[in-house]
Amino acid sequence: MSSIEFRKDLFADERDDNLNEIGKPKLRQDIEGHVRGRTAYYDDHLFDGLLHMRCVRSPHHHARVRSIDSAGAERMAGVRRVVRASDVPHNINTLLSLIGFGRDDEQLIADRKVAYKGEPVLAIIAETEAQARAACAAVRVDWEVLPHVLDVEEALTPGAPVVNEEYPNNCFDYAPYDHVKLRFGDVEAGFAQADRIVEATYEMSPIEQAPIETCGAIAAPETSGRYVCHTGTQALFFSLGTTAKLLDMPSSKLHFIGGTVGGGFGGKVDSLTEPMAVLGAVLTGKPVKFQWDREEEMQVGAPRGAERWIIKDGVMADGRIVARQFTGFFDAGAYTRLSSYAGTKGTGHLPGPYSIPNVASNVFCVYTNRTPATAMRGFGITGVDFAIECHMDRVAEAVGADPIHLRILNAYRDGDMKAHRRRAKNCALVECCQVAAGKAGWRVSPEDMAASSKTGTTADRQAIPETALDEDGRIGDRKAGRMPSARPAKGTKRLPAGTHGRDHKAVPVQRPDMQQLAERVGHRVAPERDAAPAASPTVPARAPDTPTPATAPSRPTAAPPATSSPPAEARPAAAPPQPMPQLQPAQPKPYEPDTPFRQGVRRPGVSRFLSGSRRR
Amino acid sequence: MTTVRTLATVAEAVSERGHVLGGGTLLMREVNYRPETVTEILRITDASLKEIRIEMSRITLGAGVTMAAVAARAELAALAPSARSVGGPAIRNMATVGGNLFAPHPYGDFAAALLALDARVHWAGGREEEIESFLAGRDRASGLVTAVSFVPPARGGFRFRKVSRTKPKGVSLMSIAANLTLSGSRVERARIAFGAMGPTPLRAKAAETALEGKTLDEAGIARALTVATDGLAPPDDALASSWYRDRVAPVHLSRLLLERS
Amino acid sequence: MAQTPVRFTLNGRETGLFVEEAANLLDVLRRGAGDISPKYGCGQGTCGACTVLIDGAPHLGCLTLAATVEGREVRTTGGMADGPGLTALQTAFMEGFAAQCGFCTPGMLMAAKALLDRNPQPTRDEVIEAISGNLCRCTGYEPIVDAILAASGQRGAA
Ligand SMILES: Cc1cc2nc3c(=O)[nH]c(=O)nc-3n(C[C@H](O)[C@H](O)[C@H](O)COP(=O)(O)OP(=O)(O)OC[C@H]3O[C@@H](n4cnc5c(N)ncnc54)[C@H](O)[C@@H]3O)c2cc1C
Ligand code: FES
Ligand code: FES
Repeated sequence: MSSIEFRKDLFADERDDNLNEIGKPKLRQDIEGHVRGRTAYYDDHLFDGLLHMRCVRSPHHHARVRSIDSAGAERMAGVRRVVRASDVPHNINTLLSLIGFGRDDEQLIADRKVAYKGEPVLAIIAETEAQARAACAAVRVDWEVLPHVLDVEEALTPGAPVVNEEYPNNCFDYAPYDHVKLRFGDVEAGFAQADRIVEATYEMSPIEQAPIETCGAIAAPETSGRYVCHTGTQALFFSLGTTAKLLDMPSSKLHFIGGTVGGGFGGKVDSLTEPMAVLGAVLTGKPVKFQWDREEEMQVGAPRGAERWIIKDGVMADGRIVARQFTGFFDAGAYTRLSSYAGTKGTGHLPGPYSIPNVASNVFCVYTNRTPATAMRGFGITGVDFAIECHMDRVAEAVGADPIHLRILNAYRDGDMKAHRRRAKNCALVECCQVAAGKAGWRVSPEDMAASSKTGTTADRQAIPETALDEDGRIGDRKAGRMPSARPAKGTKRLPAGTHGRDHKAVPVQRPDMQQLAERVGHRVAPERDAAPAASPTVPARAPDTPTPATAPSRPTAAPPATSSPPAEARPAAAPPQPMPQLQPAQPKPYEPDTPFRQGVRRPGVSRFLSGSRRR
Repeated sequence: MTTVRTLATVAEAVSERGHVLGGGTLLMREVNYRPETVTEILRITDASLKEIRIEMSRITLGAGVTMAAVAARAELAALAPSARSVGGPAIRNMATVGGNLFAPHPYGDFAAALLALDARVHWAGGREEEIESFLAGRDRASGLVTAVSFVPPARGGFRFRKVSRTKPKGVSLMSIAANLTLSGSRVERARIAFGAMGPTPLRAKAAETALEGKTLDEAGIARALTVATDGLAPPDDALASSWYRDRVAPVHLSRLLLERS
Repeated sequence: MAQTPVRFTLNGRETGLFVEEAANLLDVLRRGAGDISPKYGCGQGTCGACTVLIDGAPHLGCLTLAATVEGREVRTTGGMADGPGLTALQTAFMEGFAAQCGFCTPGMLMAAKALLDRNPQPTRDEVIEAISGNLCRCTGYEPIVDAILAASGQRGAA
């Protein structure tokens, strides 16, 4: 509304200004329902004879389950069904397995061991919520409490308790390393050349999304042997695929209805409530609701994970940053969920919006006995951005530079080579600094006011430098006591200047019936034809000529390929026409698979939104 | 649930297991979250519980009087800030004086005010008790509180301050109530009570003594500030650590005492 | 579970239901009377999504023992507008973008209505106080406060 100011003077020559909707106030299409109190969220679908499902949860951070005595609870008034881990047909999953990333590491209902406070070990379905609660309170669990670890760096030390047995080193495997490596140039050389070294550690606590509507789902038997599921999920097809996998049923048997979410902010993608509700409906033949209360939302609901970042900069007296090194720790909590992706995504963001010729980072996704973490508003980016911008102020102070000047001086200009070997485009930090300084009444020098994101790149800034590589931190090294430091090590090998990275490869769809669905709705991978990239990630599917993968094995053990990454981050190799002269001394290694992963919707008659190309 | 219509029949109904329903803002949480712990709800509809009696020498608030009702009465203007400090508007339409007496940490802002007023707690059956001993024994007590009564504070003598992170409606880091009797510019008698600085609202007796005979200026209150938290047991919770509460209590007490009335 | 009868008027209509003895009003309105407008956000009084008016004053449905509304008048957002038109408050929320996901909206509207019914020209601080028991996680409170002021005819009041 009134608080938005459009600065159409900036980059005015690069955009049409004849848009019909963008930039103009518009009533939300759903708002009349909101103000009438008629908008139907998942819990607003009323079912006769609705049963209520609740969980018995761990009061401990880390414990083995010796035995569970539910005999008393079973006899209590209104109790219809006790649901055990053994009732879950395929009781192991990892969220990103639907796109082939990471190994299954989490049970829907834990059977032997719990690794965070609030992890469920049993569920009870009763006629009323109060009866389900009372019955859960009556269940006796014999716990063998285990030592726990709540700090990321402690978790990486050799003697730390093993949080997640699928990842005994307490960190996600980004094979062959136990962390994501980014290497660009040689930071050691940069530090040696710098006038000042500025180093600091930054931390961010977990943050609960705290939507006003708590997570939940209602499932009921429907016609034709199907189950309908009303859910507040933010990721309907994710939840559907996850449910199909955990319950080992074809997704065609699941009728998921969602889309109306009472606030999510990332906290409603974990798909924990839908499989529970559907399982309840399968086991009882009745409509079943599984809804978190506020205590569960806060304690069990996955927050944005905690992060710790150590940043070390080498800076010249005039403020030019010549080397930047990161050590990052994403606290995944007890299970992977989406934190593995945060590690990759966070790394893709380094070193922030600044042109720095030497960059190195080691980013870990660490398991601790805290509540598993998941998505929240720009996760993977938020914590490190906070760290980077705090650090910029510290650097400015160290060299006696104005903080706005320091940012403008180091900001990306269109055409600069980024540390992950993509060209910077559509840069606007210089302009943001100028406008923000103006708003804040901050004095900016005439030279800085004259600066522009469109000019200022140089052959040096466009080049991919010779890069120092190391082999430190192979999976298992740290746990075995062979690698005390988590920081990027001194390079032992050199990668010639101009070497580009490798491209991502397609991952098979895990469940064949999901693939059918993908094809039916038109989300499919077209043969490599045109070069223009498209936006909006889709369910990856195979081209029709590739063989359909077999049903997922019960516990796939194969590590993902070293370069794999969730599709949202993947960029097609063929870039849009670049305005800048391409410096490509060495040709990038071509795709490995014959069917590369592609972004974008390819349906006849549907325009593909062209992303990222300011220049036409 | 049992509904009891008159106080005369209440004694039989209040059993060990029965939970008296005030406004329900705390009891219904238990019913919703831990139904197995509330087997019997006693609802007492006797009109006298909602009565506010204002006399020259004594004010009596029925246990069922709500915070909103206290805040709305012009004669209770001195107490309005403490009543208004409880929750948001809907909570205040429900929350009762009686319930606040039993409210566990970090709640009990109104009870802290009553403690500074040396209120008496009236039990069904006629027994009366000083609020201080009531608070000390409340977790073991069973029975129905029918009312609280207190001597109206001297004009300008009663002060209240709630410290919270969210405003309005935040839960207490601490609340402080002071009832001061002045003779000229000197403090003749002081009552200072802290909420959220222990398992129940507690009096800061060392500070009370240190204020007597002193003037309300920086020099006069200096000694009271140094002993402000003697005898308190500030807890650690999600809002603040015990250490923090201990350190900031004198700061807030000094603001309260130096406030111009 | 023992059931007990309760009669009250809901948005002006006589309503009679059998409810579980310990049931709260929120559940009874939603599942018993089929009025889905009050929402469950916490069941412990912290969010305000279940705010309804009892005899004109805002109360939390989740903390109200259903049996205690016997003979009283309950109003919800579901009964705010009678017919195709909307009340000024609803229109102001709509036009002022005072709802995003909409989950807090029914509670917000009830808290706002209680204020405006009693005090048709509130100050900004009074509006803030009136909705202080209602949490919104999406919209931000400014548009909500602005919308309530706009509905009171004081667009942009300080
Ligand atoms: C969102 C929220 C915010 C809150 N904010 C505050 C705050 O800022 N400050 C604060 O002090 N409190 C706060 N509270 C706590 C609570 O609302 C108040 O303390 C309130 O005064 C409790 O009164 P009640 O009538 O609702 O108690 P109830 O819930 O009805 O009862 C509480 C307990 O007291 C017992 N009891 C009640 N009346 C009697 C009686 N007459 N005789 C014997 N036993 C009785 C009950 O059996 C029960 O055990 C808040 C609560 C919520 C939910
Ligand atoms: S559901 Fe009643 S206040 Fe949150
Ligand atoms: S609009 Fe989503 S909580 Fe307010």
